[in-house]
Amino acid sequence: MSSMNMIQAINSAHAVMMEKDPKVVVFGEDVGYFGGVFRATEGLQAKFGINRCFDAPISEGGIVAAAIGMGAYGLRPLIEIQFADYIYPAFDQLTSEAARLRYRSGGEFTAPLTVRTPYGGGIFGGQTHSQSPEALFTHVVGLKVVVPSTPYDAKGLLISSVEDDDPVIFLEPKRLYTGPFEGHSTDGVKTWAGHPAGEVPDGHYNVPLGKANIVREGNAMTVLCYGTMVHVALAATRETGIDAEVVDLRSLVPLDAETIIASVNKTGRCLVVHEATYTSGFGAELAAIVQQECFYNLEAPIDRVCGWDTPYPHVFEWQYFPGPDRVGAAMKKMMEA
Amino acid sequence: MTKPVSKAKPAPAPVAGHNAVPLKLRVPEPKARPGQPADFSHMTFPAAGATRRPDVSSKSDDMRDLAYGLVRVLDESGTAVGPWAPKIDPEVMKRGLRVMMMCRVYDDRMYRAQRQGKTSFYMKGTGEEAVTAAAALALDDSDMLFPAYRQPGLLFVRNWPMLDMMNQIYSNAGDRLKGRQLPVMYSAKDAGFFSISGNLATQFAQAVGWAMASAISGDTRICATWIGDGSTAEGDFHHALTFASVYKAPVILNITNNQWAISSFQGIAGGGEAPFAARGIGYGLPSLRIDGNDFLAVYAATQWAAERARTNQGATLIEHFTYRMEGHSTSDDPSRYRAADERQKWPLGDPIERLKQHLIKLGHWSEKEHVQQQEDLEKEVKDTQRQAEAIGTLQSGEKPHPSTMFEDVYKEPDQRLRKQRQQFGF
Ligand SMILES: Cc1ncc(C[n+]2csc(CCOP(=O)(O)OP(=O)(O)O)c2C)c(N)n1
Ligand SMILES: [Mg+2]
Repeated sequence: MSSMNMIQAINSAHAVMMEKDPKVVVFGEDVGYFGGVFRATEGLQAKFGINRCFDAPISEGGIVAAAIGMGAYGLRPLIEIQFADYIYPAFDQLTSEAARLRYRSGGEFTAPLTVRTPYGGGIFGGQTHSQSPEALFTHVVGLKVVVPSTPYDAKGLLISSVEDDDPVIFLEPKRLYTGPFEGHSTDGVKTWAGHPAGEVPDGHYNVPLGKANIVREGNAMTVLCYGTMVHVALAATRETGIDAEVVDLRSLVPLDAETIIASVNKTGRCLVVHEATYTSGFGAELAAIVQQECFYNLEAPIDRVCGWDTPYPHVFEWQYFPGPDRVGAAMKKMMEA
Repeated sequence: MTKPVSKAKPAPAPVAGHNAVPLKLRVPEPKARPGQPADFSHMTFPAAGATRRPDVSSKSDDMRDLAYGLVRVLDESGTAVGPWAPKIDPEVMKRGLRVMMMCRVYDDRMYRAQRQGKTSFYMKGTGEEAVTAAAALALDDSDMLFPAYRQPGLLFVRNWPMLDMMNQIYSNAGDRLKGRQLPVMYSAKDAGFFSISGNLATQFAQAVGWAMASAISGDTRICATWIGDGSTAEGDFHHALTFASVYKAPVILNITNNQWAISSFQGIAGGGEAPFAARGIGYGLPSLRIDGNDFLAVYAATQWAAERARTNQGATLIEHFTYRMEGHSTSDDPSRYRAADERQKWPLGDPIERLKQHLIKLGHWSEKEHVQQQEDLEKEVKDTQRQAEAIGTLQSGEKPHPSTMFEDVYKEPDQRLRKQRQQFGF
């Protein structure tokens, strides 16, 4: 066990998998000698050699296409797209190719790649360093979509993603890289040191895809969330004093519908929270599942707290970000219903 | 009854003897890394004045050498030599010098403002000032620009108010972009300056579209655009060259090769076997590689390309060979990936020093005037900064009204946006 922040945990997952499986190759913009702009691949080139961890041209479409080709050969590419906001040039390769290769070839060819990419706001990155594009990928059949919320989960989920034979979009909440963040813009910087999920095994372990985590048990209502919003939801729960059950989905595809349904059937209320824009966000999918499966146990309409339906504005970072005040207000309103 | 599934033959095994040598992957590496002395010995350049100047009507095929050479005008002694030496009014050179010096002072102040916590981010263009200043001066003010993000000089040449630019850096109430964009991502339609995107390379292909529109409309204005060496790897770079070549679009396609793309040296973007300029040849585009730290070379090449564009002879690709003297941005630390003495050893000098030397040599400038201008610019920038900060910075003072957040998503906010704005409190 070591105390790790999320970057270190992700780095450790790389090292464990590169050690274990010589087919794992790592590449992306600035990931080689430099170790990535967020330092997630630091030291890997020195340790495993330049053939296993190297810089890629600034060509997201090329990076994903090359990874698909390597996958066809039999390698297991673990690639980085520097920011989720820059994944769009690779959209065709991901949605038309990686996602459907298994299907269209009758299972002959597969795309066992993992695409890591930092997402979300909270670092004053403006509209091109803050986006949460998960719903663009959950809508594409054939792709898996994973979002960790702690160093422990990040490492275990990343290992599971690399070992998975299907393409995985691994969205890393960049605001959580160096510490948990409850969403108050005035909060000082916290670190993962001392946080239970900042204690991370040094070796190999799995956190399975498709298994949600009930991070707080409660009876009054269910809050469904993932990534940065897990910490925001916990803060809102504490601040409102509402006995909410907070469910960290951890992976959106595959989705642990069973845990969600059991929780909402128990509490009778459901709030969905995500940082991505509201309309056609993944929250809409969750709300549809919950109303279908839990309708007769619901005591209030399902509600969603999300990013506004605007691009992420630089100066209004904190007005845009769905922080604990907005989440707490929705929780209270739901309890009054 | 289940139908039999056809069984394919197994894939053939590699033929013995055909590929007896194990294949190897080449990953380009720079000559020096931290802890090693910088090494530019592999870069050899033709002497100033040595490169021929083809007629502007030349075909790409007849001037391939220009993509592999380096157009240089200013020699070591500061004299303008050779066929590319432009006929240029000394007042224009003085203006260019002033703009370049202004860029450097502005960059320094804004960088420091970020360090003082007054904004979130900044990017300097130190060392690349000539690429921008000389090009803007060689174009007409009515020509359209699709810039990258290290080019405040384009706006300075067009006399765009510095206060407006600083307000953007601070995302304050005076920011016409309503605080929405990351610092340096300016937009200035009235200056013919397209909104800068954070997504690399997108502007390159858009510029070709603007130029095509100008041609469709029988206009006389041409267009210029810039892209980084690293960004030439994006598909949009190639889209631009394809469209420019197919439609003979009146556009100047500039590559600012400052040797680095964050931590990746230029070999990662292009393989290092051929100059970036040579990519134009495959598209049939006349292509020049020029000394980007030589104000006069940039000016002359831009004039050459502009004349081609204005006379319906189509697009030109220009690679400006220059050097990113500072870190990538305020978030970067170049000492982690490149040799510490690179800046000192960069063989093509400092564009400001070189133009200054030339002007002094011609008798149009003096050390004393230079020092005075530096002081004046520092004062001007500092005074403007004070005005901007009196309005506000990212952390304090007056901001745009928060309800503006919901504007401009569409021409009119739709029902959901009106509802969200109400929820938000306005
Ligand atoms: C599509 C896209 N991918 C990645 C990035 C992240 N990024 C920002 S600047 C940069 C390096 C660009 O290098 P270059 O094109 O050489 O321009 P320079 O910074 O040297 O001026 C990268 C990778 C981005 N902004 N957009
Ligand atoms: Mg560059």
